[in-house]
Amino acid sequence: MINALGQPQSLFLLGGTSDIALAVVDRYVAIGARPLVILAARPGPRREAAAQRVRDAGLEVETVDFDADDVESHPGLIADVAKGRDLDVSVVAFGVLGDEESAWQDHAEAVRHARINYLAPVSVGVLLGEVVRRQGHGAIVALSSVAGERVRRSNFVYGSGKAGMDGFYLGLGEALRDHGGHVAVIRPGFVHTKMTEGRAPAPLSVSPEQVAEAVVEAVADRRELTWVPGAMRIVMSGLRHVPRKVFRRLPV
Amino acid sequence: MGYFVPVTPGTRYVSVGGAIACDIHGKNHHLSGSFAQHVESLDLIGPDGTTRTLGQDTDDFWLTAGGMGLTGIITSAVLRLTPVETSLMSVDTERVPDLHTLMRRMRESDDDHTYSVAWIDTLASGRALGRSVLTRGEHASAQQVRHRRRGGALPAEPRLTAPPYAPGWLISRPTTKVFNEMWFRKAPAHRVGEITDIPAFFHPLDGVAGWNRLYGRRGFVQYQFVVPDAGEQAMVEIVRRLADAGHPSFLAVLKRFGPGNRAPLSFPMSGWTLAVDLPTHPGLRTLLAELDRIVVAAAGRLYLAKDSRLDAETLSAMYPRLDEFRAGLRRLDPDRVFRSDLARRLDL
Ligand SMILES: Cc1cc2nc3c(=O)[nH]c(=O)nc-3n(C[C@H](O)[C@H](O)[C@H](O)COP(=O)(O)OP(=O)(O)OC[C@H]3O[C@@H](n4cnc5c(N)ncnc54)[C@H](O)[C@@H]3O)c2cc1C
Ligand SMILES: NC(=O)c1ccc[n+]([C@@H]2O[C@H](COP(=O)([O-])OP(=O)(O)OC[C@H]3O[C@@H](n4cnc5c(N)ncnc54)[C@H](OP(=O)(O)O)[C@@H]3O)[C@@H](O)[C@H]2O)c1
Repeated sequence: MINALGQPQSLFLLGGTSDIALAVVDRYVAIGARPLVILAARPGPRREAAAQRVRDAGLEVETVDFDADDVESHPGLIADVAKGRDLDVSVVAFGVLGDEESAWQDHAEAVRHARINYLAPVSVGVLLGEVVRRQGHGAIVALSSVAGERVRRSNFVYGSGKAGMDGFYLGLGEALRDHGGHVAVIRPGFVHTKMTEGRAPAPLSVSPEQVAEAVVEAVADRRELTWVPGAMRIVMSGLRHVPRKVFRRLPV
Repeated sequence: MGYFVPVTPGTRYVSVGGAIACDIHGKNHHLSGSFAQHVESLDLIGPDGTTRTLGQDTDDFWLTAGGMGLTGIITSAVLRLTPVETSLMSVDTERVPDLHTLMRRMRESDDDHTYSVAWIDTLASGRALGRSVLTRGEHASAQQVRHRRRGGALPAEPRLTAPPYAPGWLISRPTTKVFNEMWFRKAPAHRVGEITDIPAFFHPLDGVAGWNRLYGRRGFVQYQFVVPDAGEQAMVEIVRRLADAGHPSFLAVLKRFGPGNRAPLSFPMSGWTLAVDLPTHPGLRTLLAELDRIVVAAAGRLYLAKDSRLDAETLSAMYPRLDEFRAGLRRLDPDRVFRSDLARRLDL
């Protein structure tokens, strides 16, 4: 159960090696929660290091092999993870950014991005929705992005995938409301993580810790849509209405 | 002549089943004990659908008392009621300047009064820490109210209604400080034998329908603990922490408990209990975790009827007979037909 102060007893991270997902673990520890952490990620040294980090934070951890691209494996995997216990908070954290200029010109790469950033979130979203309905409670956190709010020239392969998953999870939240479930869609701006390593930070950039704090409060307050930083909401509501001709010239 | 429930909580909107399942206490606990002690027998539907009548001489009665509904569904109960001459109360009220004076007053003279409870201003600090209003009451005798018109015992409807959406600032530190100040000053320095009705004395919040909504969207958390007499210092420490943290709590209620009973999960034990309502706020998590530690160190415990945030580990440090309760449940309901969110959270 997630208690009245937003402290869960279990935390299921899909994309368990994501810097943001691991910052969420730290944040929960900081507010005094001690959830069991289930890391779903591809096996390897990164997952080992992530599991060790969770253990060092004093939490019990389990790892499961998870490849976002292998959607056929998802039903069995999530059924196994949810067997005999409640999933209080599930975080859909996996995603790929890659080299945007090559992505839109390389068929195989564009398709892979679309599969991981849109198809796979839909795949696990449906299954997590089933778990929540059965439990009668549970929160699902979807790491979307401001890149999906108004898709732009500089990263439209990534942005269009995020736009799709963002819409799916907002809708899932509506569908699960009557079943006691809650979906929190999080739209961060530029976050300093391994995904953006080496790139020039955009204005209003934030740390994974800031995103994690927003995630934890969104779950506690049952908030449906959250921008990080909060000011991003104002910026984006402005940008949404800028005419295409002008939008094209903006350095975003 | 009439009859009154042997134990009433601070609201009249409770059922007999809920009163038994939480083994509730009232302002008379120091003399009368908790609700289950006044129940002769109860009918319980078990997980197999059959009904059994349980008396106080059975273990299953005491697993059900304070058992938070996990042993089955109570469908009826035989209660021993309290005879009363009137439906009115005779109430003594006094203002008390600080916590030490208050606890001394209650230790010395609680036993002379059937009902006794103190309301503490948790925002007062320093020399005024624990300033409070102590109220004591008795059922008024026919003699005492001879000259009064006697109406019905309970009003039909609440007198006020809270607005459906309250702004977040409504219950904040400044507003609460003003409220508490006014409320303290309004109380008489010392008044004896005032005649009031039952709702005014026992169920003041029931007069405001939807009072819980006053806390706004984030809501509030209730926190109630008891510490044994030897843990008096822990009580002082917690009142100080609440005052220092400055979380606005309208009123904290302090009461002295008499001895507990046989039920393994029953809350009351001899000592002091404090109940507070705190608006939800991120800083509350660490504050309440600290208070938990003070309560555990003093061999005290939290009241499950009010709890919405404890974890299983802390619970077992608070209820030494928890394993006895769990073993009883495994015997009564091996397939766990009766489950609740509380049971899942606390691994009951
Ligand atoms: C304003 C206010 C003041 C209060 N003051 C006090 C106080 O002074 N002292 C005190 O002790 N408590 C107090 N309480 C708490 C309250 O007395 C208890 O929570 C009580 O159990 C509520 O009864 P209910 O019928 O509403 O039960 P519910 O809230 O519906 O249920 C409470 C528990 O009882 C179980 N239960 C309910 N009905 C049955 C049944 N038929 N069979 C088996 N299990 C059942 C439920 O499963 C649940 O675990 C107060 C609460 C409020 C809101
Ligand atoms: N960083 C930002 O600026 C930013 C901004 C907005 C939104 N986001 C979103 O936030 C989420 C977390 O990103 P992050 O910043 O924490 O970056 P990150 O550390 O790079 O995390 C991305 C994760 O996705 C996993 N992943 C990629 N492909 C996978 C696959 N096929 N199967 C399983 N897992 C796969 C990676 O796992 P491996 O370790 O196995 O590679 C990695 O752990 C992403 O959805 C991202 O799009 C990030």
